[in-house]
Amino acid sequence: MAHGSQREQHLTQDLPLPQISRDNAEFYAAAARGELRFQRCTPCRRFRHYPRPACPYCLSRDFTWELSSGRGTVYTWTIVRGPTLPAFQDKLPYNVVDVLLDEGVHFQSEVLDCAPEEIHAGMPVEAVFVPVTDEITLVKFRRQA
Amino acid sequence: MPSSNTIRDQAAIVGIGQTKFSKSLGMSEYEMAVDAIFAACEDAGISPREIDGLVRYDMEQTDEEQLLSVLGNPLLRFFAGTAWGGGGSASVLVVAASAIASGMSETVLVFRSRARGKQSSYGKDPKQGGRYWEKLATSLPGLNQWHVPQGLVSAFQEMAMISMRHRIEYGTTDDHYADVAIAFREHAMRNPHAVMRAPMTREDHHASRMIADPLRLYDCNIETDGAVAFIVTSVERARDLRQPPAVILAGAMAAGSHHIRMSSMFERPWEDESPVRVARQLYEMAGVKPREIGAAFFYDFFTSLVIIGLEQYGFAPRGEGGPFAANGGLSWQGGRLACNTNGGQLSEAFIHGFNNTSEAVRQIRGSSTAQVEGCDLVLVAGGNTDPTGAVILRRL
Ligand SMILES: [Zn+2]
Repeated sequence: MAHGSQREQHLTQDLPLPQISRDNAEFYAAAARGELRFQRCTPCRRFRHYPRPACPYCLSRDFTWELSSGRGTVYTWTIVRGPTLPAFQDKLPYNVVDVLLDEGVHFQSEVLDCAPEEIHAGMPVEAVFVPVTDEITLVKFRRQA
Repeated sequence: MPSSNTIRDQAAIVGIGQTKFSKSLGMSEYEMAVDAIFAACEDAGISPREIDGLVRYDMEQTDEEQLLSVLGNPLLRFFAGTAWGGGGSASVLVVAASAIASGMSETVLVFRSRARGKQSSYGKDPKQGGRYWEKLATSLPGLNQWHVPQGLVSAFQEMAMISMRHRIEYGTTDDHYADVAIAFREHAMRNPHAVMRAPMTREDHHASRMIADPLRLYDCNIETDGAVAFIVTSVERARDLRQPPAVILAGAMAAGSHHIRMSSMFERPWEDESPVRVARQLYEMAGVKPREIGAAFFYDFFTSLVIIGLEQYGFAPRGEGGPFAANGGLSWQGGRLACNTNGGQLSEAFIHGFNNTSEAVRQIRGSSTAQVEGCDLVLVAGGNTDPTGAVILRRL
């Protein structure tokens, strides 16, 4: 069997990024403007994330894209120490956090400029915007001032 | 509500088969699948040509067409798959039992083949073995667009965040994790098929490399090659076959929170977690209480998720899975609940839960290397961070 000689490793060096779709376009367009916006249900007023065509609480199809305060607290977290994708290899170890925003939605991100040992549950954080391509700006967080 | 026509006591596992388990077997998934399937048929005492139903795991790469040609062209009249990766590892049996109970099929093959050893990657396609997540595209259309670009690239990192939240809320500790890892390793040491058979101490566990806080190397499933297959048939037919049948007393599936939608996972109360929803239906159909279960098999991809599973399936109150597992709580002898007596996916092999199901059948047959005395009822649960399913097996 020629498995060994033909074995290939096609690990991408490129940062994996969201693909813009009809569902998420508003989110990323807002992020590119430096705004964190989530879908908000018109009748029951609750926010939701990820984008979806109906409210998970009242099933209404009516919603608007509303501005978030960008403020929240760390709900849970991890420190990735590897293995990871090559695109993230150079930043190991790095944190990934689940932020519970003041609007009540959870959002996975990273707290910038924060050493691994300083991350903790309940840490107050606020959104910052990191442009990656013309199309995509990633929403990151930093400790609240 | 369940009707009187359920899968209760309708079907039984009558054959189990497997390849060797190893960090590298040097075989294709197709080849391993055939090995395990033929072994399961031999164990049941049937010909592969008698198979008329097929339930496969959604990530399985060996398909109906490939199998038809090597099983002697049987009249395959029912085929289905179960979704959600590890979540579907026991759901396959629910689907097989449903096919049998409804008369759509009489002899159902259920199998999983995985070249998942670190050295088993072949080619660039994520379907060709190795770690799927190392072959992710760079343009993400699905729900993983929300966390993969943030550096949360693999299921084990997502599980780390779920596990961390359990610690934040309930104070679960590294020692609790070690209790799970050590109990399962001790089971593996008794099992000649297990890949990891070296003794493990608490110190070994704590000294193992942190992968993604709070999960260390010894909290993670091992990466192996291997395949496992089952033959499921009607209870009526099972009586005449070679092996003592493992009757599927009850089975249930439920969709609830899911890890790839981390946001929605934390959006819902824990009563809406998939396994909690499964457990309610399962115990109701079986008419049994958790304390009557003789041995349980959790989808032990991580030690922490076994602890959470103990709570979800009603063996420990919420938040007390860690203390339940402490001090040999999961040991085959003298434990509060004998769990994963093969060594599980932490120490035997990682065949997406199917190797745990094989051992559940051995417990029912009385042929385990860590046989639980008077083991009449066995729980097998699928991955507990996905839409999932579970079954309870019993002796005939
Ligand atoms: Zn609403």
